[in-house]
Amino acid sequence: MIREALLVSAVLFSIGVIGVLTRRNALILFMCVELMLNAVNLSFIALSRLHGVSGQVFVLFVMTVAAAEAAVGLAIVISVFRHYRTVDLGRIRLLRG
Amino acid sequence: MISTSSVSQAVWLVPLLPLLGFLINGALSLVPAWRGERGDGIPAGRRTLVASVGVGVLVLSFAVSVWLASIVAGANTEVSSTIGEWMAAGQFRVDWTLRVDRLSMLMMLIITGVGSLIHIYSVGYMADDASFARYFAYLNLFVSFMLMLVMGANLPVLFIGWEGVGLASYLLIGFWFGDTANAVAGKKAFVVNRIGDFGLLLAMFMLWVNLGSLDFAAIAEGHSVMSTPLITAICLFMFLGCAGKSAQLPLYVWLPDAMAGPTPVSALIHAATMVTAGIYLIVRNAALFSAAPAACLVIVLVGALTAFWAATVGLKQWDIKKVLAYSTVSQLGYMFIAVGAGAYTAGMFHLVTHAFFKALLFLGAGAVIHSMHHAFHETHRHDDAQDMRNMGGLIKRMPATAALMWIATLAIAGIPPLAGFFSKDAILGAVAERALESPLAESSLGPIPGRVILWIAYGLAVATAFMTAIYMTRLMRYTFHGTFRSGDDVAASVHDAPWILRAPLIVLGALTLIGGWLQLPAVIPIGPTGLLDSWLKPITGAATTMLAGRGHLSHQTEYLLIGIAIAVAAAGMFTAFLVLKPQTLTTKAAAPAETGIGLVLANDYFVDSAIERGIVRPTVSTARKVLWRGLDLGLINGVLVQGSAHAVRLMSSIASRAQVGFAGSYVWAIALGALVVIGTFVFQAGR
Repeated sequence: MIREALLVSAVLFSIGVIGVLTRRNALILFMCVELMLNAVNLSFIALSRLHGVSGQVFVLFVMTVAAAEAAVGLAIVISVFRHYRTVDLGRIRLLRG
Repeated sequence: MISTSSVSQAVWLVPLLPLLGFLINGALSLVPAWRGERGDGIPAGRRTLVASVGVGVLVLSFAVSVWLASIVAGANTEVSSTIGEWMAAGQFRVDWTLRVDRLSMLMMLIITGVGSLIHIYSVGYMADDASFARYFAYLNLFVSFMLMLVMGANLPVLFIGWEGVGLASYLLIGFWFGDTANAVAGKKAFVVNRIGDFGLLLAMFMLWVNLGSLDFAAIAEGHSVMSTPLITAICLFMFLGCAGKSAQLPLYVWLPDAMAGPTPVSALIHAATMVTAGIYLIVRNAALFSAAPAACLVIVLVGALTAFWAATVGLKQWDIKKVLAYSTVSQLGYMFIAVGAGAYTAGMFHLVTHAFFKALLFLGAGAVIHSMHHAFHETHRHDDAQDMRNMGGLIKRMPATAALMWIATLAIAGIPPLAGFFSKDAILGAVAERALESPLAESSLGPIPGRVILWIAYGLAVATAFMTAIYMTRLMRYTFHGTFRSGDDVAASVHDAPWILRAPLIVLGALTLIGGWLQLPAVIPIGPTGLLDSWLKPITGAATTMLAGRGHLSHQTEYLLIGIAIAVAAAGMFTAFLVLKPQTLTTKAAAPAETGIGLVLANDYFVDSAIERGIVRPTVSTARKVLWRGLDLGLINGVLVQGSAHAVRLMSSIASRAQVGFAGSYVWAIALGALVVIGTFVFQAGR
């Protein structure tokens, strides 16, 4: 069972990474990040079978942080949109060195 | 050895009294109320106080010296006094020790005695000066250091005095520093002296390393434990110091410029005392020098060349003080011939008599300058009060000064029975005696036998005596005889020196007359003979014998030498009367430019401009181009300071290229980085 769960987790994580790497829309990026977090959560749950309950505790933390991150991140995306009228990251390059 | 407490304390009183005077007058000179307005003296009451402090401490110091002299002479011993340790580092230990023996006694009496006279003279000479207190402070400071120099029982204590008199000399040459030329002259004296001091320091280091002590008593024994080449090197380095302080070739150039100071300063520091410090140092270390004949021959040669060189330059100087300055350089050369040839008594004898007659000449010249200056001032003229071309016929206006200066002139020219005749004859006789037969003549300087050098020195010394007679007669004729060349209105305003200037002159004149009795030669028995010789015998007797052997000249030879000396002096004076034509002279302003050899001599063989071109300018331009522009601005500022800033900016501009501002790129970087880290872990775990 653990083997299958970890496999699913890896697939989900890879989808998330590929999404982050290839897409330019900030909202999709966000969703991909969430996907990666949840992939990690899945492997935590699976591995807690072997290593005890601490993996499940971590999942709670990750969910909390993810919720906070979503709140802050969405707020940023909204204010960026208000300023630039777009959420395309290719056009937001204010921090270029 | 006497070391009762009262005598020991008295020893320290001698240099500390003038130091006290320096502190009092120095403090007063800082108070604005004790400084006069420019061109005005300070109020008479304050002037009296400053003068009584300045002169008083010195007269007291002289009195203590005389008392000590009576003890040293009476008990036939030396007095030394230590007040504690100065410094100690490992094996190295130097004490604050003063020692009064027969040699330092002689120097102390000259310094405080002639010094007192010159202080008294200064009260009159500097009366109108705004910085009266500062002047006496410096003068007292000089005397204090000079006494330390001659009383120190070891080289470091001597060195304090040695550097201290250099400082005082610098301060007094640049006393009227409002005029840039004076300040520059002071600086020149200081810098040139430092070159010599470097030699003295090296000699001290070498003595310490090889001997382990810097006490004069230990140095005197040192020749038995050191090799001859080593002693020669030490002596030559020490002589470099002497050449700087006592103005010998090639370091004499500061002394003519030192005439920028007030004339009493020239008399005290640059004629009678400080410049003889080199002679004193060699006589003090006679035992060491006599063990290095090659070094002695170098000293003889340098002394002879200096004497001749400076005398030729003295022939064509117009500034009355410059003539005396070159004359001083020349006479110092004479003293070095003597001490180099191991005739330490003759050297010290000439030092003493020279102190009398050269101080007299300078103070007399000062009286002339003083009167000329006042006369020009009263008639609202701005002519040079020191140029002999502006003078002439002053004997009618200043008979007393003229008479006293004639005594000194006859003395320095070597006319018997004045002091200079005996001391010069002692030197000439000693050189001839050693050239004929002595250990020094047997030794050699490189390939040149000592005999040749001694004969060359004798020849140059005789030629110098001839020229000395010429330039001194020239000075007297141009200044005091013929007609006054600056106009009748000025002549009417010239007055003879007031009594405060005249009294010291009279005392010095008397000393010049009788100074020769200090050391009468055996062939002229008009009194007790060889007094100075027997006085200095405990200190220099052994050293003299080492270089001179025990040979004596026959009486015929001695009479012949004396005859030559008198004939040369008389011939010089006669030549001066024959050749010079004061009636053709015009004032400085109307004088034609010098040509030919006259131009060369008037400019001191262009040595100053040669040094300026050969040493000073290259040094300055090297400093400016290489050190300042190249090293400081180029390397340190350009490459190191600004270069490092540029390098940081360049590297940060490269690094900032990575900041593309596109979030996707950062993610790629993070992902790749994560991959590398994870891959590393996996790879290591797999092994």
